[in-house]
Amino acid sequence: MAELNTDDGGGKKGGKKVRSKKSNAKVDLTAMVDLAFLLITFFMLTTSLSKPQSMDLGLPDKQKENEPQDDIEVADNRTMTILLGENNKIKWYMGQFGAPLEGPSDSSYGKAGIRQEILSKVKSVPEATGDPKKGLIVIIKMDKKTNYKNMVDILDEMAIAKVPTYALVDITPDEKALLSK
Amino acid sequence: MAVKTQKKAGAIDMTAMCDVSFLLLTFFILTATAKQPEPLAVDTPSSTVQTKLPETGLATLTVGKGKVFFGLVDRDIRVRTLELMGQEYGVSFTEEEKTRFSLIDGFGVPIGSLKQIIAMSGSDRNKEGLQPGIPMDSIDKKKDELSRWIFNARSASAELKNTDLKFAIKGDAQLEYPAIKRVMDVLQDQDVNSFNLVTGLRGEDF
Repeated sequence: MAELNTDDGGGKKGGKKVRSKKSNAKVDLTAMVDLAFLLITFFMLTTSLSKPQSMDLGLPDKQKENEPQDDIEVADNRTMTILLGENNKIKWYMGQFGAPLEGPSDSSYGKAGIRQEILSKVKSVPEATGDPKKGLIVIIKMDKKTNYKNMVDILDEMAIAKVPTYALVDITPDEKALLSK
Repeated sequence: MAVKTQKKAGAIDMTAMCDVSFLLLTFFILTATAKQPEPLAVDTPSSTVQTKLPETGLATLTVGKGKVFFGLVDRDIRVRTLELMGQEYGVSFTEEEKTRFSLIDGFGVPIGSLKQIIAMSGSDRNKEGLQPGIPMDSIDKKKDELSRWIFNARSASAELKNTDLKFAIKGDAQLEYPAIKRVMDVLQDQDVNSFNLVTGLRGEDF
């Protein structure tokens, strides 16, 4: 225990004064230590958690209007297009819009929905192309009514499934019509 | 007869422990950064990605309720950006106003009313609905103050720190995509193609 030193210096003159005998004042520090540790825990947790997380997003250079378009040809069987609409609606298809190889089919957010489809495609596409470098390409198209949460959700799915290439692309009127169906 | 050994109440010397714990407490209190009040509170969506935001050289664009707010992390860049903006729009700021501005974390007013916002106290300034957001205009370049703020903040950063300013977009979860797209377009017009989206944290099970 913490003790206050109340010793009066020992061998001085035999005290003529009569002093009342003092007992050592012991301060119980247990409660104080408890409190200090509680506060430490609080500050430790708040300092590390208050830093906001973030998500990197890289977009391609914007196409200038007067520059020639350089189209990159991509195999149909590698591209998966995901359409996002209002009220958490998702549709996806493989290949081109006019002649889809698979789909278009509905899906939902979360681990039971679109994640399974993306994960299976991430596995199957390099097998189909026979080259591990030629992985899946996901094209994300968002309708005007899509909310920002859905955008982050789908980008998150890309990060979870480790999709090698993905892009945010403007939606075409045909696809918009498909979504509103 | 059972002989009972006399037990003493175990008294442990807590002094050293108390010293250590208070030392740690002091350390954590001093290193903790107090949460600043935000002029535009937004509810960010969550993601599983755990990239931390850079601590310096960062500009934050807060998007929510149809408004855009702009904030810079470094104080010296704030001052220089204000000077550059003042030159461009013909508004002159006194030294005191610059100092006061360097303490503002984020704002969302047209440059014309910036002086009033600077003169206000911190709590008045952050009242909800007071600041109308930074004007955006995709046609008239002069009126597109957001892109001028971004441009001048980047020049200020290049001038003072010789580094590229990084951008973070902090959007409300319920925001519609075009609102975010508009801000991304403003950044992309200046060839800023890489930025951070501020999110909360969640597990993969959702």
